[in-house]
This record gives sequence, structure tokens and C-alpha cells, in this order.
Amino acid sequence: MVTLIKILSGVVGALAVLLLAHIDPALAQEAGAAAAPAAPAAPVSPINTGDTAWMLTSTALVLMMTIPGLALFYGGMVRKKNVLATLGAVFGATCIITVLWMIIGYSIAFTTNDSESLNRWIGGFKYFFLKPMGLNAVSSLAGTIPESVYMTFQMTFAIITPALIAGALVDRMKFSAFMLFMAAWLLLVYCPIAHWVWGGGWLGAMGALDYAGGTVVHLNAGTAGLVTCIVLGKRYGVGKENMSPYNLAYSVIGASLLWVGWFGFNAGSAVTANVNAGMAMAATQIATAAAALGWMVSEWIIGKKPSVLGMISGAVAGLVAITPASGFVNPTGALIIGIAAGVVCYFASVHMKKIFGYDDALDVWGVHGVGGALGAMMTGMLASNAINSASKGWLIDGNPQQMVIQFYDVAGTFIYCGIVTYIILKILDIIIGLRVSQAVEVEGLDINLHGEVVQ
Amino acid sequence: MKLVMAIIKPFKLDEVRQALTELGLQGMTVTEVKGYGRQKGHTEIYRGAEYAVNFLPKIKIEVVLPAKQVDKAVDAIVAAAKTGQIGDGKIFVVPVEQTVRIRTGETDESAL
Repeated sequence: MVTLIKILSGVVGALAVLLLAHIDPALAQEAGAAAAPAAPAAPVSPINTGDTAWMLTSTALVLMMTIPGLALFYGGMVRKKNVLATLGAVFGATCIITVLWMIIGYSIAFTTNDSESLNRWIGGFKYFFLKPMGLNAVSSLAGTIPESVYMTFQMTFAIITPALIAGALVDRMKFSAFMLFMAAWLLLVYCPIAHWVWGGGWLGAMGALDYAGGTVVHLNAGTAGLVTCIVLGKRYGVGKENMSPYNLAYSVIGASLLWVGWFGFNAGSAVTANVNAGMAMAATQIATAAAALGWMVSEWIIGKKPSVLGMISGAVAGLVAITPASGFVNPTGALIIGIAAGVVCYFASVHMKKIFGYDDALDVWGVHGVGGALGAMMTGMLASNAINSASKGWLIDGNPQQMVIQFYDVAGTFIYCGIVTYIILKILDIIIGLRVSQAVEVEGLDINLHGEVVQ
Repeated sequence: MKLVMAIIKPFKLDEVRQALTELGLQGMTVTEVKGYGRQKGHTEIYRGAEYAVNFLPKIKIEVVLPAKQVDKAVDAIVAAAKTGQIGDGKIFVVPVEQTVRIRTGETDESAL
């Protein structure tokens, strides 16, 4: 013990000496510079290295949410014969969306349209193939980081949103139809709605509060999931055959990666490394844990057992619901949103689905759609001006009007997404067909669509 | 020679193996199997979707031994594998006509 302390104090001493040696010349240089005649001022770069470092990290974290996070979360829940098809759908979506985002997606979502009236609905087309994005470019939406980082950060959001839909259509959709659906949905649904809220469009101008994507990402993906599973129809044998998950351990790993990655999603949505990012991170952690407990307790009381699948589903529901609120609410608000999300999404996924009879296989609507809408409305309710000067909520700041704006945000997303998703699917159905044959479905997608199996 | 085939609960495998080894048995074949008897199945629930699982995982042990050792072996398996709960399993004993040790060509009891 004594030797250990001696060694440690030796190391600390050595570090202190090094630090002093490092600081001293720096001080000397500064003094020298002050004495010298003023040199012509170099152009000041707006780039903040701290912000940039955090946004580089956030971008990696959000990509991790999709691959491997979401892929494993979904992959573990399907049957063995469809595990690779499910993982592959999420992976394939990641790739096609990346390329399309580079070609035109970023341009129409996050740049300004020259026509002011058109800019309410859609961004400009100048960033076709990211042409104007030079090394030193900075977006007006993120003034302290390189635009290359902002574009990639937003790309990871554009990736996860369509990829989330994959959970509703597992076990029965053609891979070709799925890839085309991902492409069309990104450009026709995600990009416009992202522009409406974040890119300078009508919802953002109206004052809709959506910190990290409660409506843009989750309600949007959830609505598309609901429409897709209804258009596709039920899985063959659902309710009669055993469809128990292949390996829930995969799902637990996936959900845990989603949770960790979500710090990039929510705290990263501050687009700076500042106090708002810090509070968003705290809110995210609190709401997620509360929602996992909320779902767990609901299930324990009603279904008699606290399932692990229930706990991780609750955690994801909490992450979804806190997403729009994360930068606007205080820790108590986060706790309330979390508990509400756990309980409400449990009922939506387990009971509402049974009542209405749609086959939303992995509960994209129940968790993301319902959780996203709930979170958006509760953001209006619990947003606090003391946490974010851009927001004035109903209960804390006495601004009930915010609830109306939030409702427009929810309704606008739901209606637009629902209609356009339906049209895309119907057109694809006519051109190439959406669903695999029953024989393929029964034998499994892995062997038939990809020529591979999990042993 | 007799073949003793025992279907037991998976977590009892080690105790049964130990009991048989103490009797001086030189080997056994173990297979992971699924099936049901009086225990029937159980129900699994995933987000509210209930599935009746009819076939439960069990372990099948196969041992071939001289006829005079059978009773002792059966008693040892029963003693080791018994929990008293439904689903403990069953033991079947069937006659064996011939045994050959592949390495040496020895036959019957000297091959066991």
C-alpha cells in the first residue's frame, strides 16, 4: 500500500513538472506577441473545436444506434429463418440512404430554397451532390462546426428514421421493394418533414418544439410503420403459429446500444457542447430508466411477469418520448415523460394492437408512433423557459398556445406521412409487388431472398 | 446386454452422470431432445402475444451395459434424476443384440 502511494505521488509530481514546462513557454509566447506590432488580422474561423469534437462523437453514436443497435434489437425479435433478412434490411437501408442523402437529401432537407414561399415546404436544390460544401463550409443552421460534420450528423438521423420502419414489415416484404421504399420514403417523406421542422419550413416558423425528432423521426417512422403493416397485411400464421423470438439476448444488446447512442441523438441535437447538451443528456437518461420501469410494472401487474423484452421495450419508448423534449424540460419533466411513455406505450403495443388487429410485427407504431406523439404533446406541456430560452411551455410558463402548435406538428406529420407512405407503397405494389409469396414466407426470407441461413 | 435409455430434466445430467460413473460405467451417449409427457408444455408471452410451447427441452442418455448391471443402473438414475415434480422423465430398457468396438473389433460384453 505504502509503495503504491509512493509510486502514485511520484507520477503526479512528474506530471506537474511536465505541465509547468508546457505552460511556461506558452506564457512567454503570449507576452512576446503582445509586445510585437499588430500583424494584419487573419480571417477568424467560426469553427469551435469543442463543439466540433462533440458533434463528431455524436454522429458516430447515432450511426451506432442503427448499426448495430437497431439491427440487433429487431433481429433478435424475429424468427430464426428471418434473422439475416431483418439485419440486412437495416444495413441495406443505411447504405442506400447514405448515398441518396449525399446526392440530394441533405439539400432538400437542410438548405434554404431561394423562393421564400417554396422554402416553407422544401429546401433548395443547390447542394446537389454536395457541390457547395467545401472544406471550410459552415451551415447557417450550425454556425460553429464544419458543414461536413453537420451534414453527416443529420445523415445519421435520416438513416435511422426509415430504418425504424423495417420493424413493422419484417417476415414478409420483398428486399427489392423494401430498398426502393426506403429510397422513395426518404426523399418524399423524411426530407420534407425534416425541412418543415428543422430546415426553416412552416412548422419550425410556427414555433413547434421538437428538439431531436419526436415527430420528424419517431412519429414519422411509426406512422409509416402502421401504414406499411396494414398495406402488406398480416404475417402468415400470426396468432396461430409460434412466432417466439429467435434470440432476445440480441435484442437486449441492441436496445442497450440504442440507449447509449441516444446521447448523441438528443445531447447532440444541441449542435454545440454546451449547457443545453448537458441537460438533454440528463433528461434522456432519467426518462429512459423511468419508462423501462413504467412498462415493467404495468406488465408485472397485468401480465403477471416482468419480461426482459418488456423492460427494453419500455426503455426504447422512453428514449422516443424524451426525444422532442430533451432540450426543453427539467429533470422532473423528464421523469414524468418517462413514466407516461412506459405505461402508454405498453398499452399501445400490447393491448391496442390486439383490439385493432393490425400486424405491426415489432411494434413500430406502438413504441415510436405513440411514443413520439406523446412526447411531442408532453413537450408542449412541460417545456421550461428556464431550461431553454427558445421555449415556453404550458404548465411551467403558462403558455397553453404551445399545445396547439404541438398538435399541428403531430397532425401535420401524421397526415402527410400517412398519405404519402400509402401512395408510395401502392405504386411499388403495382410496379414490382411488395410481398413475397406464401411459400417463401413460410420457408423463410433468409434462404430465399439472400441465400444464407443462421445455423 | 441391455440399452438403458433415460429421458431426464436437463439440469439433472451431471448428477446422473456422476451416479453412473460411480457404478463403474465406462461411457454414455447424451442427446438434447424435445418432447412432452404429463408435464405438457408451457406458455411464453412476448409483448402480449401468447405462444403455447408443446415440446420442452430434455436430455436423453443412452447407456448399453451387461444385463446383470441394469437394475443398479436404473436405480442410480432414478435416485439422481428425481425431483418429485411432474416432468422428471422416464427410463426405458431394451435388449441389445450385438456390440462392436470399432477400434479393436472386440464384440459384445468385452466391447462395452
